[in-house]
Amino acid sequence: MAETTQATPTLHPGKVPDPPSGRSDGGDVGGAFLSQGQLVRRRFLRHRAAMTALTILVLFILFVYIAPFFLGYSLTNLSAGSYEDPSPAHVFGTDQVGADVFSLVMKGSQFSLQIGFIAAIISTVVGVLLGTTAGYLRRGTDTAVSRVTDLFLVVPLQAVAAILIAGLGGSWWLVGLILGFFLWMPIARVTRAEALALSQREFVEAARASGATTWRIVTRHLVPNMIGTIVVNATLTLALAVLTEAALSFIGLGVQIPDTSLGLVLNQNYTQLGTRPWLFWAPFVAIVLISLTINFIGDGLRDAFDPRQTRR
Amino acid sequence: MAAYIVRRVLISIGVLLVASFLLYVMVASSGDPLAGLRARPGITPEAIDATARQLGLDQPILVRYWEWLTGILSGNWGTSVALGQAQAQVLPAVGSALWVTIRLVVIAEIIALLVGGAVGAIAALRQYSITDYTATTLAFVLFAMPVFCIGIILKVYGIQFNVLLIDLGLDRWLTTAGPPAGGFTGSPGEVFFKFTGAYLLPTIALAAISFAAYSRFQRASMLETMRSDYVRTARAKGLTERQVVLRHALRNALLPVTTYFAYNFGAVFGGAIVTEQVFGWNGMGSLLVRSIQQYDPNMLMGWLIVTATIVVLFNLIADIAYSYLDPRIRLG
Repeated sequence: MAETTQATPTLHPGKVPDPPSGRSDGGDVGGAFLSQGQLVRRRFLRHRAAMTALTILVLFILFVYIAPFFLGYSLTNLSAGSYEDPSPAHVFGTDQVGADVFSLVMKGSQFSLQIGFIAAIISTVVGVLLGTTAGYLRRGTDTAVSRVTDLFLVVPLQAVAAILIAGLGGSWWLVGLILGFFLWMPIARVTRAEALALSQREFVEAARASGATTWRIVTRHLVPNMIGTIVVNATLTLALAVLTEAALSFIGLGVQIPDTSLGLVLNQNYTQLGTRPWLFWAPFVAIVLISLTINFIGDGLRDAFDPRQTRR
Repeated sequence: MAAYIVRRVLISIGVLLVASFLLYVMVASSGDPLAGLRARPGITPEAIDATARQLGLDQPILVRYWEWLTGILSGNWGTSVALGQAQAQVLPAVGSALWVTIRLVVIAEIIALLVGGAVGAIAALRQYSITDYTATTLAFVLFAMPVFCIGIILKVYGIQFNVLLIDLGLDRWLTTAGPPAGGFTGSPGEVFFKFTGAYLLPTIALAAISFAAYSRFQRASMLETMRSDYVRTARAKGLTERQVVLRHALRNALLPVTTYFAYNFGAVFGGAIVTEQVFGWNGMGSLLVRSIQQYDPNMLMGWLIVTATIVVLFNLIADIAYSYLDPRIRLG
């Protein structure tokens, strides 16, 4: 996942010809013909807030995976004392059992991000397949899918996810998997609406007339035409998954030791906010940084894919 | 209209029944209610079998579900099987926890709807102004914050505020243990003092997140109505701007936000159970955590069915209200 995003920050958002409000529609480029993909890429690269957010997020991801190698603190070999103050050796001090809090935050960020990505990928795949099929086939399939969606929305996802995690185990990938299966409903609703509209269009009719199967129409004709909606919703789900996981782990019903996450790090340290504020602020800033940058990227993608429908 | 309501009610009941069965299977297969008993030293397999029979655990899952469902409908919600809960009755336990949580949620949501609606509408009327950008930035930051973190920050600085009050020779005001079980007592002034002290911080924490969503929604819907034909008509016939905004635009723009609130009730409830944990309230949040950690299936099912009923009820109200207020929905 790092490979797809790594190339972009080397481009210089500062050198781009000056768009007045931090964006430009990129449609009129002096007679040059650009493909849809090139237009989208161009508009996204010119979106200052989103590019800044993307650069920060990519640097943060690289940092949380690489920095621990240079520090070399083990989270099990605890030689430091309990609640040591910040020092060059322990930038954010140590926690109750003497673990280096900086390393804990790095480890927690890794797991929070991994959980978020697993949940976002699963919910996007499930939501897109169900929503698109329902919108394309209509009738019984549509009714069945919307009833299933209703069923999944009946109980707060925190409660169902917590019960499943308690029953199946609280390793990080299981938490990501479980969250993924309870976050697909909004994506299914949005893609259903788009598929309903798209399936009236001539190219879908032509594909149907030439004998294409439902699977082929969904994957080759409908999904590529709503890729913008899908990508934007996937980013929003990623942020939502990170926040939901943090909430679950914070009340002790999410990720379980020996795995960790930012929510769990907060759970173990938040009572110290009054006396040792860094123990709270370090994991807190990491969570806010992750979800804020992802939301900005999602916003930029929305503007890039559909310049008419801006959020502002 | 009547036919529409009847159909929606029947669908809701169906959804609840199917959901209750799926939840029952999920809860039943996610733990072993006899684990505590099995772990006891010197317990014989016969004694375990006897308890399993007594609790009906030897029956097939369909039979157990039927027993549970008929029990729920006849008011017998079963007892807690967790150790140390002294076979507490499920119905009163869930009822008192819900009463604690629902008051918090209702107060916080009313505040969030009013403030979010007003801020969103003003931001839309003054698009691209300083007010608009401030509201947008605030909503963005609140969106990115885990709901419990706002609670933690408020709580810690609330405690320091109390210390300040005591230093000044006053009583401590902010409490972080939830509303007292016996209700607020004393003179009206004391009741008000205690009530605000208990509710202020959790309400702000919970309302902040909802505020972010409602203000964005209200802004988008207000922008749309301000560009609509009937607003142009209202202006053209010479109404003052005030009349156009308050009587024509705002009324229509409020509709999506209020229904979003009703559809979103499950998520709001989810936020509340986490916020409660920060402030040590003894509501649905702590009941859920305790029931999961001790694996207490009857209590969990009681919790889930009450929450599911409330969510379905809110969706039903939203559907009916929406179709009443906007007849296009019914025809579509």
